[in-house]
Amino acid sequence: MTTAAAPSGAPAGPAKPIGEAGRPPVAARRARSGGGTPAMIGRSLRRLPRQPDTVIISVALPVMLLLLFVYVFGGALDAAGGRTAYLTYVVPGIIVLASGWGAASTAVAVAADMTNGIIDRFRSMPVRAPAVLTGHVAASLAANAVATALVIGIALGLGFRPDAGVGGWFAAIGVVAFYVLAITWVSVALGLLAGSPDAANGMTFFILFLPYVSSGFVATDTMPGALRAFADHQPLTPVIDTVRGLLVGGGADGSDLAAALVWCAGILLVGYTASAVIYRRRSAR
Amino acid sequence: MTMPTTTDAGMDAGREPLASPLPPPSPEPRPPVEAVGPAIRVRGLRKAFGDVTVLDGVDLDVAAGHVHALLGPNGAGKTTLVRILATLLRADAGEATVAGHDLARAPGRVREVISLTGQHAAVDELLTGEENLWLAARLFRLPRAVARRRVAQLVESFDLAGFSRRLVKTYSGGQRRRLDLAVGLVSDPEVIFLDEPTTGLDPRSRQGVWDVIARLADGGATVLLTTQYLEEADQLADLVSVLDGGRIVAEGTPAALKARLGAERAELTFPDDATYARAVATLRAAVPTQPTPAPPAIPPSPATAASPPAPDADGTAATEAGLAPAASPGAGDVTAAGAGGVDADPVARRVGVPTDGTAAALRRLLDDLDGRGIEVARVELRVPTLDDVFLALTAGSASRKESR
Repeated sequence: MTTAAAPSGAPAGPAKPIGEAGRPPVAARRARSGGGTPAMIGRSLRRLPRQPDTVIISVALPVMLLLLFVYVFGGALDAAGGRTAYLTYVVPGIIVLASGWGAASTAVAVAADMTNGIIDRFRSMPVRAPAVLTGHVAASLAANAVATALVIGIALGLGFRPDAGVGGWFAAIGVVAFYVLAITWVSVALGLLAGSPDAANGMTFFILFLPYVSSGFVATDTMPGALRAFADHQPLTPVIDTVRGLLVGGGADGSDLAAALVWCAGILLVGYTASAVIYRRRSAR
Repeated sequence: MTMPTTTDAGMDAGREPLASPLPPPSPEPRPPVEAVGPAIRVRGLRKAFGDVTVLDGVDLDVAAGHVHALLGPNGAGKTTLVRILATLLRADAGEATVAGHDLARAPGRVREVISLTGQHAAVDELLTGEENLWLAARLFRLPRAVARRRVAQLVESFDLAGFSRRLVKTYSGGQRRRLDLAVGLVSDPEVIFLDEPTTGLDPRSRQGVWDVIARLADGGATVLLTTQYLEEADQLADLVSVLDGGRIVAEGTPAALKARLGAERAELTFPDDATYARAVATLRAAVPTQPTPAPPAIPPSPATAASPPAPDADGTAATEAGLAPAASPGAGDVTAAGAGGVDADPVARRVGVPTDGTAAALRRLLDDLDGRGIEVARVELRVPTLDDVFLALTAGSASRKESR
């Protein structure tokens, strides 16, 4: 009753102790404590292209939606100006919509980390507590940058002709990035709150839905009273109007820009604070 | 490379040196706690979740460089204790130091010198094995050259080379667990917490993980591992603490604990009720019902062995002498085993007697029965299970558990 087969579970090679001889004294290790954020960002960025569903949702879907709006709805929505006029109108809305999707997938990634045991390992390491969350946020920003660039590139190919100068472009990118940052931290909070990745996915639906009830796809004055009131005063309308103004309107309206910045700052503050509190509470019971 | 096959008698196979490439398991006993000082010191630790008390005043000392097993059933508080020691939970009361650092005052310092490998593989599915190792190296801020050497060393030691560049989500359970252990060792921790490291693994993978753990301690690290399996504690641990109902209810070397818990038993099944009845009477006569504290110095004489009434008179006297050795020290200290005594199950027509499990003892037992004309249908050897351990050690805590 003997077998010569190497058991799949047995380590091969010379058997030597696994610890390092000449262990450095503890004092020499102190400098390592804290930090870890760059490593976590690296981790999240590596994961990014390896999730087919996330890639589809945050990159392919915005492109498909752009084509859908321009070619399927575009003709009916703006008969006077034609497709190119509607394209010009809708691109900022698509960009912000896509940002929401990218952010929502962050909630799923955070919920997965919190429920599969890896968070315990991270927390038992000398790593700054929210570094893992920062990593996910950075990945969301990167994914959104790619999606936004793709949407703009395709829009340009379809005849989108922004009149913004370099400053306008930078300002528009800055506003979108600020919005993505804010909405991503809300997603992180939702991901921390959710008991599972599936629940996290469900909780982000309003982030996906909000852009439709805004100035993103049709002017708000075409909506019935209550809906219009909501659309005019929800955060996405000033964000989208600002981006639209910067790219194709010859400059942003001052009050739109101010409203967009205040909204984003407020959302960021709420999302970040909620994330920090929930993370701490879920960590140390 | 050859391995002893893990068979049903795996408990004893495990007593042999493990895989041939391994050094013989601790040729000398590790120095006692007093000599090296405790790597983990726990005093009066308490933790409750809501009104459920999980840890109810735990004291524990783990000597540096030792492998210490926390044995206990589900819900005993093993994982909670490990999570507190790994800085993931705060205790309600009591104090603890890990590698000399106070858990409450310097948790950051503790995190620098520990590693935790939990019940669920804590590796990133969307990274490759090597990327997981590199991530840990970067999180511990190892210098690049040190990290490269360390990752290469771990890939080799854990035999990960065949798959270390594939995404973890393609790994088998055993591969994942090996990587998980390797990631936990990137920082060369002084104290290693392993929470049920082999739960859910097939026997071969389990053996591989055991080999790794045995080598960890040889490298000078202190290992605190939790397990539900007596066998696992037996294989790996220098010292075992049994945790039940939030308290340490017993502590000792695996051998000492097993001696307390009782030896192996031979279970004999008889073909019919009459034979069973004769067997019960005969065996009860030969093996004292109560545990005997010391092995009998004098083999029982035929007269004493025959003193309880035998079920049928014919032929018993002639074979009485033959049965006596079964209860003598020569038969493997059957009466000194601690859990001695004969248990009888009339429905199954089965009788259990203590034995040391040697062929000689079994042969003698069967020969004796055969000599008396008692036919035995089946023989099974039963090793004490964790169930037996807990029934024996935690009888007093049953009511406390009920009230929880």
